[in-house]
Amino acid sequence: MNWNWDVAKDFLPDLLDGLVITLEATALGSVLAFALGLVWAMAFRSPSRFVRWPVSAVVEFIRNTPLLVQLFFFFYVLPTWDIKFSALTTGVIALGLHYSTYTAEVYRAGIDGVPVGQWEAATALSLSRGRTWLAVILPQAIRRVVPALGNYVIAMLKDSPMLALIGVVDMLQTARAEGSSSFNYIEPFTMVGIAFIVIAYPASLLMRALERRLGH
Amino acid sequence: MATETDHTNPAVDGSELIRFDQVTKRFGDNVVLDNLDFSVSSGKHVTLIGPSGSGKTTILRLLMTLLKPDEGTIKVDGDYLTHEDKGGKLVPAGEKHTREVRKKIGMVFQQFNLFPNMRVLRNITEAPVHVLGLDKDEAEVRARELLDLVGLGDKCDAYPTQLSGGQQQRVAIARALAMRPQVMLLDEVTSALDPELVAGVLDVLRDIAHTTDITMLCVTHEMNFARDISDDVLMFDSGRVIESGPPEKIFTEPEHERTREFLSAVL
Repeated sequence: MNWNWDVAKDFLPDLLDGLVITLEATALGSVLAFALGLVWAMAFRSPSRFVRWPVSAVVEFIRNTPLLVQLFFFFYVLPTWDIKFSALTTGVIALGLHYSTYTAEVYRAGIDGVPVGQWEAATALSLSRGRTWLAVILPQAIRRVVPALGNYVIAMLKDSPMLALIGVVDMLQTARAEGSSSFNYIEPFTMVGIAFIVIAYPASLLMRALERRLGH
Repeated sequence: MATETDHTNPAVDGSELIRFDQVTKRFGDNVVLDNLDFSVSSGKHVTLIGPSGSGKTTILRLLMTLLKPDEGTIKVDGDYLTHEDKGGKLVPAGEKHTREVRKKIGMVFQQFNLFPNMRVLRNITEAPVHVLGLDKDEAEVRARELLDLVGLGDKCDAYPTQLSGGQQQRVAIARALAMRPQVMLLDEVTSALDPELVAGVLDVLRDIAHTTDITMLCVTHEMNFARDISDDVLMFDSGRVIESGPPEKIFTEPEHERTREFLSAVL
């Protein structure tokens, strides 16, 4: 094994460009996953089964098909229906949608964990349904599940290299490009791996600490 | 106390405020309320006593619409609670109708059920602002008055978990009063409290009972308290009212054998 520091140094700027894209995809994907997941979780609690059933079916379908299939579907099929997004936007939508089916379960657990007395107190005060969710239930439910949501952000970060397969120039893609142009593979791929560890490991430590703090 | 003068209760003349008509409630095969008829006049303080499982709490929960009756109707201040009168026909009420009727009712729970994510003051102002449409400043002024009334004027900025059980329950009472209800439902409000904290809560309720014209419907095991505040005591057994009357009568010379047994067990 021969590690060449010069190659590593040359690759660093590209890596950082790729890192920005990776973080961007993860951050935007997370925002989408958090928002959509919340919509699914609230729909699971809808009084109408015409809301509950279709939403449950769609969520199960998305969760039980591979992210990569969804990614390719969005990237290759949507444009044929004249729905066109950039590769990055497509990737963010696929990541966010896929992970929203997991965050929905996390929210569901959080919502179920709010004591029934809280719903009853809200009823006794005649709070509207919207106000009950917004002011009473969600603040308590979300607080409990922040660490679990954080863990899905880390998982999403580690799934983000899939976006390279539809041409998003994330960290992995920059490493592939470096390899194919200079035939140096060790340095770029190693550095990509290290970059993931450097972000993901402290993040998971942070989530564990949060879990301890919010736990009982 | 501000609510006393503010509290314009149009039906304080002793007219019928609550009426249960042939109400039946079952949980599975268990008949908790059995064709129950009873009514409460405006301004009265009525205590429901009886062995656990006799349906007392179910009555409060039906009134608060936390449960729906299987049969029969409930009227509050002349309006059906869970039904609507549509062209002479009684149909199940929509959410909006129920919410309007429900606004006349406040409830204090055994487990307090304060909102732990809000400070004490906001626990009290949340519903007046978002349900009654009160201005935030006005709601806060009223909330502070109510907190003074329950002896917790210095706890506005505390979170519920920083308070003792007795203090939390007094905040819960203030929160219910802030909605200016015509009826207060008190569901075993001291049962979850340490013994030394019970008196403080009961003192507050006595004060409210004696200085306001709010109708009270109270489920309690505190017989001395029931004797102090009640105009009427209803003795429940197996989903029926088996005896009712003023506290002096029920507690000293009950007619029914079951009442005697029950009272000798709890007094």
